[in-house]
Amino acid sequence: MSEETILLEVRHLRKDYGNGAVLKDVSLKLEKGEVLVLIGPSGCGKSTFLRCINGLEPIQSGEILLDGLSITDGTAKWSEVRQKIGMVFQSYELFPHMTVLDNILLGPMKVQKRNRKEAEADACQLLERVGLLDKKDVYPRQLSGGQKQRVAIVRALIMKPEIMLFDEVTAALDPEMVREVLDVMMELAAGGSTMMIVTHEMQFARAAADRVIFLDGGEIVETGTPDAFFDKPKTDRAQRFLNTFTFEKK
Amino acid sequence: MQDLGIRVLFMGNNFIRLLGGLWITLKISLLAVALSVVLGTLLGVVMTIKHPVIKAITKFYLEFIRIMPQLVLLFLVYFGLTKSFGINLSGQVSAVIVFTLWGTAEMGDLVRGALISIPAHQYESGAALGLTKGQIFLYIVIPQTLRRLIPLAINLTTRMIKTTSLIVMIGVVEVLKVAQQIIEANRYTVPDAALWIYGTIFFLYFLACWPISLLASWLEKRWKN
Repeated sequence: MSEETILLEVRHLRKDYGNGAVLKDVSLKLEKGEVLVLIGPSGCGKSTFLRCINGLEPIQSGEILLDGLSITDGTAKWSEVRQKIGMVFQSYELFPHMTVLDNILLGPMKVQKRNRKEAEADACQLLERVGLLDKKDVYPRQLSGGQKQRVAIVRALIMKPEIMLFDEVTAALDPEMVREVLDVMMELAAGGSTMMIVTHEMQFARAAADRVIFLDGGEIVETGTPDAFFDKPKTDRAQRFLNTFTFEKK
Repeated sequence: MQDLGIRVLFMGNNFIRLLGGLWITLKISLLAVALSVVLGTLLGVVMTIKHPVIKAITKFYLEFIRIMPQLVLLFLVYFGLTKSFGINLSGQVSAVIVFTLWGTAEMGDLVRGALISIPAHQYESGAALGLTKGQIFLYIVIPQTLRRLIPLAINLTTRMIKTTSLIVMIGVVEVLKVAQQIIEANRYTVPDAALWIYGTIFFLYFLACWPISLLASWLEKRWKN
């Protein structure tokens, strides 16, 4: 990992909620084009970690650097930083009073001040890619969960972010809709996007990840390539966690 | 037809007088509604602030206004202020003050409810796009709040219009008072005038409130998410 290709670096991040630490001392580096999958039991702090990265949660200590510049020292403007960090949420969070197209165009037009025509062309191209161009004028309530989530991905992508954060984006979906969303993410990963993904879909994690990080109790317990991690986890805790996904006949 | 009380309605300028009374009713209610919308919106925003003192004050105000019958409030302002402080307010001004106090409390609670019903995630997904706080309010929170609020605010308006009938009690000559005067004036010649005159008032109130109710339900359907 050479220093020039490091897009994001987290140093000794600590995050407290109330009187307990959710994240104790998390450090990691993310390279350009890398797909990092964070897994771990519920409450291990993986979602919180993503939320810290784009400033939705204040951190207690540590540092986050994007393109070598600190975004947590108070000098960076979050509205600018967040344009470089796209985020997709578990519950989609489309804006219910806007059509699909207006949802997607809000960022480019109001934040990046692009003109509507040009942004709309981009939006249509992205919608086409996720197979939803025919839905551009409908309201979110008329879409299925999987469709909403694909729109949410487009809404983040149109800002041309340097990193995409995915926070359990398939956790609220019916099983048959999980696939359509994961396919979009696989395609992004193959296209060279830098991504940080929190997921419980182990098969997907294995297929999409360049590197897997296993978090437990607010700290990184193990990190490795997907094959190494899933086949031969080094730690007991990771082994126990992975065992919860396999079944044996009793 | 001679014996029907309805002729009272069209005797002299009775009908015009009734409409004049209705105008007083509507003038007072609409003025109070307009003030309540402005002040209530401010109150509602203030009520979302999580500060114990602010919370206590606004809660006290809201509960006080809600527990007090409107009639008592009217008496308090109209008679009480004069008696205790020598402030002499006309009936109409007192009515506007009381209905504004009441409307502001109710409206404030509606605004507060609409504001807190917008999930935190909506703010976050706006923030994640890089929108500033102001933009999040302008493009995401306010439009959604209005959609929830307007049907409720319209219902409050009709409630306020109807409740103004109480201001008879502080001597304001509005539609109900005019009706009583007409009925009294014809008590011997047309004993059953009451039915017709009050019946007419029923329709006048209905005509004033019905379109507003229709608008509310139309908006509610249109904006259903």
